[in-house]
Amino acid sequence: MVGITVRDLEISFPLYHGNARSLKKTLRNSLSGRFTHDERERVVVQALRDVSFTLNPGDRLGLVGGNGAGKTTLLRALAGIYEPVGGSVTVHGHIGTLLDPSLGMNMELTGRENIRLRGMFAGLSPSEIRAVEEDVEAFAGLGSFLDLPVQTYSSGMTVRLSFGLATAIMPDVLLMDEWFMAGDASFRQRARKRLETLVSKADILVLSSHMADIMADWCNRLIWLEDGRIRMDGSTREVLEAYLGHPLEELDRKETAPDPILPQPDAPDSLLTT
Amino acid sequence: MDSMQPPPAAGYTPAANTPEPALTLLPERGTSYLRHAWQDVLSGMKLARLGATLGWLDIKLRYRGSILGPFWLTASTAVMVAAMGVLYAYLMNMDVHKYLPFLTLSLVLWGFVGSTLQDGCTTFTSASGLIHSARMPYSLHVLRATVRNLLTVAHNIPVVIVVFLWFRVAPTWSWTTPVACGLWIVDSFMATLLLGILGARFRDVPPIVASTLQILFFVTPILWAPELMKTGQDWLLLDPFFPLMEILRTPFTGDTVKAAVWPAALAWSAGLTVFTFALFARMRARLAYWV
Repeated sequence: MVGITVRDLEISFPLYHGNARSLKKTLRNSLSGRFTHDERERVVVQALRDVSFTLNPGDRLGLVGGNGAGKTTLLRALAGIYEPVGGSVTVHGHIGTLLDPSLGMNMELTGRENIRLRGMFAGLSPSEIRAVEEDVEAFAGLGSFLDLPVQTYSSGMTVRLSFGLATAIMPDVLLMDEWFMAGDASFRQRARKRLETLVSKADILVLSSHMADIMADWCNRLIWLEDGRIRMDGSTREVLEAYLGHPLEELDRKETAPDPILPQPDAPDSLLTT
Repeated sequence: MDSMQPPPAAGYTPAANTPEPALTLLPERGTSYLRHAWQDVLSGMKLARLGATLGWLDIKLRYRGSILGPFWLTASTAVMVAAMGVLYAYLMNMDVHKYLPFLTLSLVLWGFVGSTLQDGCTTFTSASGLIHSARMPYSLHVLRATVRNLLTVAHNIPVVIVVFLWFRVAPTWSWTTPVACGLWIVDSFMATLLLGILGARFRDVPPIVASTLQILFFVTPILWAPELMKTGQDWLLLDPFFPLMEILRTPFTGDTVKAAVWPAALAWSAGLTVFTFALFARMRARLAYWV
């Protein structure tokens, strides 16, 4: 059965470069607690600590938290890119990763060449690769750009291509970082339809984002990460209300209102006006 | 779990109808280091087609928009061989007919050694985008670099053929030549892996390799034939590149391989393989953190 089990996951990054001692002193004052040292007295940043949860088919998990809370690291740990320093990660099912729009694609190659490479990586036969190619072509709607190098694409086009690609090879578990917001509104609509087909087949989605409305729309469970630990784990509404610090009704009413998390461009800056 | 194919609606490609793979990740301990490293190499070999395609595309991209493309290498090797061959044959009082084929083969092989070792340092650091985008075997990146270097050296083969035809040197065919080629390929894979790991962890490795290569170029019998050494030729076996050069070079130039050369080549290769594999087993799980 498709599923994810994470138990007491710990991920820490060693800081090799630079003077460990002075670095330690500087960092201890600024971000106390997350910088420790391992048994060999090297400075390490604890990106994740004591993270445990279980996901079952149909779960659409959202990860919220500020910058540096460990969202992307957790996604990469689930993808098996960062192997745990402590604890365990168990994933049943084919994993699809959408961690960065450009990653995994060679920007100098054409879109079509990148599709073929991804197909080969997934172990598809040439005829299956052609089917993926047609599918992505139809979804991404890039027209003749598909035969141009990816570096000539706009960021929205890159997003469409990699999203189409990652969802074409049909993962059981889709891990997605927040970058896919780079697409325009119509893309998000289509992306949503495609994802819903995926999720309706009892697959798992793990999504990390800053944007509350996206989370409210796409997820049925949220984990709030803070300083590499789980601060809160619960239903979308419950966690979002705690995270935003106000009831969610407010969000529902302001359908077209600017994102509550992002700084609003027209808000008076108190520091500058005084 | 339902094994039903998804409806062909939405234009999806049906996934292979195999049971879901299970990925269990724990901190490594005991024999799991070696087991996982071995699995990595095996799954990398299963993706050989992808590795070869990536290596080929690297060559294609490197020379996109250039007129001669990778044949610039052929041209520069040809010019270098012609210039150095005549001059050094005169300086060392050697017969051009004997020296030039020797020098051509040596330079082409050394070019392969040099590009393998220098490229090797950045195997993983230059693939950091791929490494951070999805879980894939690390040996795939090594395979890609090995294929790239083999394709590069293949562009120099015309120079060797022309020189050998020109001077009417007939290679003596023996069963050792394919074995020697195989050993070179295994060694270049291992050397790429070794330097890739070291280069990912220590950013000083590329300049160290570059300067070591320069020293070795003059110390190893590449420009000069080992026969020029009157005494103490056995000391050359301590240079790992000497026996490896000899096993591939001597059958072509019509010389005979000395008795100690093959054992030395095999011993150096075995040492390299064991050391590299042990290091890879120990460090495999850390590579993603380094690049």
